[in-house]
Order: sequence, then C-alpha cells, then structure tokens
Amino acid sequence: MAGRTLYEKIWEEHLVAASPGEPAVIYIDLHLVHEVTSPQAFDGLRLNGRSVRRPDRTLATADHNVPTDSLSVPVSDPVSRRQLEALDENCQEFGITLFPRGHENQGIVHVIGPELGVTQPGMTIVCGDSHTSTHGALGALAFGIGTSEVEHVLATQTLPQQRAKTLAMNVEGRAPEGVSAKDIALAVVAKLGTGGGAGYVVEYRGEAIRDLSMEGRMTLCNMSIEAGARAGVVAVDDTTIDYLRGRPGVPSGDAFEDAARRWREFVSDEDATFDHVVTLRAEELAPFVTWGTNPAQVVALTGVVPGPDDYSDPDVASTTQRSLSYMGLTPGTPIKEIPVDVVFIGSCTNSRIEDLRAAAAVARGHHVANSVRALVVPGSHRVKTQAETEGLDQIFLDAGFEWREPGCSMCLGMNPDQLTSGQRSASTSNRNFEGRQGRGGRTHLVSPVVAAATAILGRFATPDEVDA
Amino acid sequence: MRAVRVIQGRAVPMERSDVDTDQIIPSNWLKRVERTGFGRGLFSEWRDDANFVLNDARFAGATILIAGPRFGTGSSREHAVWALMDYGFDAIIAPSFGDIFRNNSSKQGLVIAELATTDVEELMEYVRNHPSDMVVVDVESGLVEVPTTGWQRNFVLDPMTRERLLNGWDDIDLTLRHAEDITVYEVSSRAPTLRGLFDRAGHVIAH
Ligand code: SF4
Repeated sequence: MAGRTLYEKIWEEHLVAASPGEPAVIYIDLHLVHEVTSPQAFDGLRLNGRSVRRPDRTLATADHNVPTDSLSVPVSDPVSRRQLEALDENCQEFGITLFPRGHENQGIVHVIGPELGVTQPGMTIVCGDSHTSTHGALGALAFGIGTSEVEHVLATQTLPQQRAKTLAMNVEGRAPEGVSAKDIALAVVAKLGTGGGAGYVVEYRGEAIRDLSMEGRMTLCNMSIEAGARAGVVAVDDTTIDYLRGRPGVPSGDAFEDAARRWREFVSDEDATFDHVVTLRAEELAPFVTWGTNPAQVVALTGVVPGPDDYSDPDVASTTQRSLSYMGLTPGTPIKEIPVDVVFIGSCTNSRIEDLRAAAAVARGHHVANSVRALVVPGSHRVKTQAETEGLDQIFLDAGFEWREPGCSMCLGMNPDQLTSGQRSASTSNRNFEGRQGRGGRTHLVSPVVAAATAILGRFATPDEVDA
Repeated sequence: MRAVRVIQGRAVPMERSDVDTDQIIPSNWLKRVERTGFGRGLFSEWRDDANFVLNDARFAGATILIAGPRFGTGSSREHAVWALMDYGFDAIIAPSFGDIFRNNSSKQGLVIAELATTDVEELMEYVRNHPSDMVVVDVESGLVEVPTTGWQRNFVLDPMTRERLLNGWDDIDLTLRHAEDITVYEVSSRAPTLRGLFDRAGHVIAH
C-alpha cells in the first residue's frame, strides 16, 4: 500500500459515510464553542426541535467578548453581555460544559484545548472560528467552520466535507537566533500568499519545525488560515508526547503510554506523497513585521516600507498603494524608524506561557516608552496563573505594561480594548486587516519579543537594541 | 435554505482584491445573537466614503456583486454571508474566494460564481459602463451571462452544492440520511470524550 500522509490517516479514520458524487461525512471528535458564532446555531436547533447529539464531545468557553479589565467590573456593553448570557443559557439548556468569564479553565478557545489536554493527536476538531487550525500542532485535523456548520455538528457530530489536497511546507535548516515561530509563520504566509493554501491541508515539516516547541508549533499552525489553508498539521514526535503528559484530559500511567504509542502513528509515512511541496530555508529567516493590510505583506525588521514600484504585477501594485495609504506609510521608510502608539501581546497566536516568558525577558528592567500604551493579555486563566507564579506579571507591571484578564481582547476589538482611528499598533495577533483592532486602527503583526522591544523603544525594534 | 435556480439582476463592480470578512462585516457587528439585520453593517467602515461603489446611485439595488480575487478570506464569520444577503445580494462573482466563506455561502443559498480573472475584469468593465444592464447567474446551467450583448462564461459548482442550491436542501437533513452510519461509527470510535473530566461547574475532576 502506498504511504499515507498524516492528513490522509486522520481523514480515513473518521469517514462515516462516503457515497459517490457526494461529499464524505466525517466524524468530529471534539467541537469547541464560543459566544460569537454559536447563538444562531443553538437557535436553529430549537427551531427544528433538535438536541445536541454529543454534549460529551462539546466544550464551550467565553473569549471573544469578555472584557479584560478587572473581573469585579461587570460587562458594561449590553450587547456583549447579552451574547455572553446567551452562551450561558444555551450551554445550560443543552448540557454543555462551559467556562464562563472568570472560570479557572476559561480562556481563548485555541489556548484552552491544548492546555487542558483535550486536543489530542489523531482527533478531528472543529470550532466556529478560523484559527482552529492551531490545534493541528498536536497532530490533529482541526479547522474552522461557519455557524451553519456549528449547528450541523451540534445536531449530528459530523460534517459533510470534500477531501482536501495536501501541501508539504518544508522549513529546512535551523532558524537563526532571535527568529521565533511567529517569524516562521509570517514567512510562510508571505511565501504562499493569502490564497496560496486554499484547498490544502498544510503539513509543516523539516528541521526548523522539529526544533520548535509545542507552543511554537501552535503559533505556526494558527496562521495557516492566513495563507488560505483551513488546516495546518505537524507530525507527532517526542515534543508532542512530552507536552501532553500530565495534562487533565489525557490518561495517566500505563494508559498514557498506550495512548502515546497510538499517537505516534500520526505522522506521514516516509513514502507518502503530497500534492504540492514548498520549501523555505530557515537560515534565511529573520524577525519579520507586516507593513500592510493583509498578513502576506511582510518585511524584515531591518528592511524598509516597500512601494508600488517594487511590484511588476499591476494588481499587487495597486493593492500596495491602497494598503500604504490606509497604513499612513511612505515607501522607503526604514521599519525601525516607525513609531507605534500601542503594543498588544496576546491572542491565540502568541499568548501562551512561552510567549509571555520571552516577552518578559526582554522587558525586564526596562520601561515602556512614554508615548506607548502596552497591554499583555494572557491566553487563558491557566496561563495567567502560571505567569503570576513565575513573577512575570510583576516584570511587566514594573516595566509599565498593563497586565490583563484573559480573552481575545485587542486581537479583534470586540471588547473595549481597541485602537482609535489612526493609532498604530505592534501586535502579536494574526490579522492586520483594515479596522481589525478598531476602526481606522493600523496593525503591524510581530513576534512577542519584537513587540516587547518595540514597546520599550517606542518604535519597531529587535530585542538586541533594548540592551544596547 | 431557499432554492435558487436563476439570479437575474443588476451588478455592482467592486474593484478590490482580498476583501476579507472583517471588511464585509466588522467585528462590532458580531455581538448580535440574531441572524437578521446585518445588512446595515455590510462594509460599514467603507460606506462613509462617498466614493465607495455601494454609494454610487447608478448601482443602487444591484443584487450581484463583482469583486477582485480572494473575496471573503479571513474569519469564519457566517455573519459576512448574512450581511451580504440581508443587504440584497444573491450572488458574488470573483476570480477566487476564501474557503470557509464559500462553504458558508453554500449553506445559505448565496451563489458563488468563480470566473477567470480576465473574465471578471471584462465583466466589471462592462457593468461600469452599462450599470443598468441585467446580468444573469444561472445555477442550473453554470453560466454567467449579459443578455444584452450575449457575453457568456461558464462557472463550475461542485455537483452537490449545485443540487443543494437548486433544491433548497437542508444539510442536516441530508446528513441524517446517514444516521445509522453515525451510530455504527460511534460504537467503534476510539477517540476520547470529555466524559468524567469536568464536574457540573466545569472544574477538572481529580483522579
Ligand atoms: S484571539 Fe483573535 S484570532 Fe484568536 S480566536 Fe480570539 S479573536 Fe480569533
């Protein structure tokens, strides 16, 4: 038998029905739910007199809307409050476990799945959120769905799906010092373009990927959707198994070893073939930043703002012009001379403990520039508690950062954490779309260490400049 | 879902690529718990601009939107589809689309017609100069057509999406034809569940 890719193994194991001329029906092992994309789905169930087929495969958390200031302050926005209440009521009615605001397990949906150990290799995982691709870091097939599909999974625990094509994204060689998973992610999106991954499941492979920690792999898989791919995966190895050991959702003792043996099957066979292969050299990577209004518009921190003349394709040239005018940037400006107003360290891309450790190591003993507002928003309560145990909160506070409660926060500005028009941010999130962080706001995507250095110097900077 | 066979209406050309779902419906609109009323939020950050094409009186009432490549990339928000439909659009023509957006559209009966870039540009150019001409998107025959000139291009819908659009089928009903298969699958599934992991209040039960 010809070798199979990791994706093909998971796909075949989850086929419930496959009739010719129809999309396959695949089984969903875990359905994660949050307040924004679920209310209309629950309404649909009620309307049709349906129930949730598997509450024991469904888990809900409040994340997008929750304010990140003190838990003692009630949710002031009545519309947000209504949506959070709707989630409470729906989970209550349909018997779904929910982590509401303030709960010890609450956090961004893509942070809590792995940290609780409920995201496991070989599983199929969906959520009404495009960054569900994050969970692929653990060798799971995980992808974002819309609200109609949320309703579909609630009702049937399955989804009709077309089989995807496979893309091997090889990142060969070793990344230089100072290059983080976020920089690899930005390089991948720049390489593939915003549509290059469409229709594919991307498997990240190569030495630079195996060198990444589990959290780094999550950062990378998280941004697969920015290249148009619905899912990204990384094969299971020791890093995966070590990460899972001891987490609440995994078995312990011998049962863990049994599970681990099974998990190790979730790798692509050596003779497996991919529909498409793309290679990046890790040695050529550097700390990156986006300069425009889509995440493929990437430049090295040492570079300058590009201009329309740099592109021969007239479509790209006009998009560049549009992006530059929205971003208020002049071609040729050195990136490191651009001042920022706000620094946001958070989001499902970069709000895990390693991200906070890395940012704190840069911030320690320094102070945020006077002109800058800097926020650190941990991805979950567990991350927040861990960080506080390690004293990271104090490092941030001493350095003049705000230390907030967990949630999506300024990643999409549904809660009060927003940019005002014209403000420029350095953000560890994943989307620099127009208005993403607040109407008229200008977002530059960076890694946690670049964000911290930028906060301190008040302009785009790498960590080595902070100590210089 | 309602059935859709042929869409006939005026079109509006939107000369932008990478129109992401954050632009289609900005996040402050996502707090609603209803499925309706999103039309007012459609492209709301762009609609203040008097030069924005949806503010151009010549295209008022258009039901077909023509846009640049990679329309609907980004977030999974189905609200983008609800907003386009609530505003009055029945079909979107573009060279390429975001994956999840395309899926979401098919669940609601918003017709996605993908044409080659040059064909989309030709059609945009024509519509710009003849804003009152009808454009036809025929789901049954997979054709985009300008009847006044005879301009015709084929677009491809996967057969299942086409059937579902033509018949207005509900996806859940379709899947439930396999209800028995699902039950059989569940019996043999080795994937872990959340059973016994959390107590009623969501706290991890210590073992
Ligand atoms: S942190 Fe941002 S990208 Fe991630 S789930 Fe929340 S809103 Fe979406």
